[in-house]
Amino acid sequence: MSTFWRRPLDADRVRPPHGEVLILADRCKGCEFCVEFCPKDVLAMSKDFNRKGYHPPEVVKSGVCMACNLCETICPEFAIFTTTTPESPPAAALPAPVLEGVAP
Amino acid sequence: MTVEARPDYAETVEHPMTPFLRMDRIPHVWCPGCGIGTVVRCFASALEKSGIDLDKVSVVSGIGCAGRTAGYLKLDGFHTAHGRAIPFATGLKLGRPELTVTVLSGDGDLVGIGGNHFIHAARRNLDLLVVLINNFTYGMTGGQNGPTTPLSARSSTMPFGNFETPFNLPHLAASSGAPYVARWTSLHVRRLTWSIEEALERKGFRFIEVVAPCPVLYLRLNKLGDGVQRMRYYHDEAEIRNGADPGDAAIDFQGKILCGVFVDEERPTYQELMDEHYGNVLGDDYVPMPLEGGMLGGG
Repeated sequence: MSTFWRRPLDADRVRPPHGEVLILADRCKGCEFCVEFCPKDVLAMSKDFNRKGYHPPEVVKSGVCMACNLCETICPEFAIFTTTTPESPPAAALPAPVLEGVAP
Repeated sequence: MTVEARPDYAETVEHPMTPFLRMDRIPHVWCPGCGIGTVVRCFASALEKSGIDLDKVSVVSGIGCAGRTAGYLKLDGFHTAHGRAIPFATGLKLGRPELTVTVLSGDGDLVGIGGNHFIHAARRNLDLLVVLINNFTYGMTGGQNGPTTPLSARSSTMPFGNFETPFNLPHLAASSGAPYVARWTSLHVRRLTWSIEEALERKGFRFIEVVAPCPVLYLRLNKLGDGVQRMRYYHDEAEIRNGADPGDAAIDFQGKILCGVFVDEERPTYQELMDEHYGNVLGDDYVPMPLEGGMLGGG
């Protein structure tokens, strides 16, 4: 199905931001907001306990985060944030259009 | 992946909220799934984006869960008596007109105990930014029926369901004369941040209601699940309609939540009217309050 995705016209120039999620596990109270609303489903609840006895989130898909900061903004405990990593992969990771009769 | 596992990161990268918080008081007291922390985060991002000098911003709050915000934010914070956040902020703004005075408090504090102050501050158009965190109940004291508890919702003082008609807060503020009225939920983090940022640029009585979950009392007493289920409900049932009539914004039990900026207009503020009126009546005898205050010192 991915071959039918639209390819942005500026895909060769724009590099999608790439982020890294940092979790302050001991501040977390396990409300699951970040896990529920992450648009890339980067996070999942961990089976481990933190110092308070809650399950903090953990990163299950590395390299997918786009540093949108939604987890950071929605976290009521100020326990998670993202940093933009300098070595962003180029947009070539996007699927190329393979529609017939259309020049790539 | 935790910061503890990456000591090099823990030393070089700090949470972006750290400059805004009194870190010796963190972790805060709010329950798991409570939405107040999210609102504090949005408020801090809006302050950061607006580029206001943080030494000229003060936060006033009353009593209750939401009243704790003034203690956690690393700004000039005042934790006032129950319901009296707006009167305190009034005095602060009139005495130090240079300050950006914001009121962050809950529904029980601002429109329950302090409802009279709320409508009169809106009527006089005092230059305050009021962010009201509405969790539909008195959370800190045990889930009593509040002025915003929806009809038929259970509370600890109405175990058979509430029969009192609740306030429609945007309508109350708009009909009292507030020039900026908005409502968001704690799920609308980006729009809430943007709305607070916009309100910081406006003048007069700016009112933003934020609907937030109270998982331990309101949701538990009504068997509505936990905070994340409430956030899913906001996702499904919140309807954004900017410029809608605030009269349509009443919230029924588990009904639609109308969100958006309902009123955005300009009206002369209390200070402007006072300066103009006394300037006309008294002429040169009238000395307006200097921006940095100081008329009370023995000068």
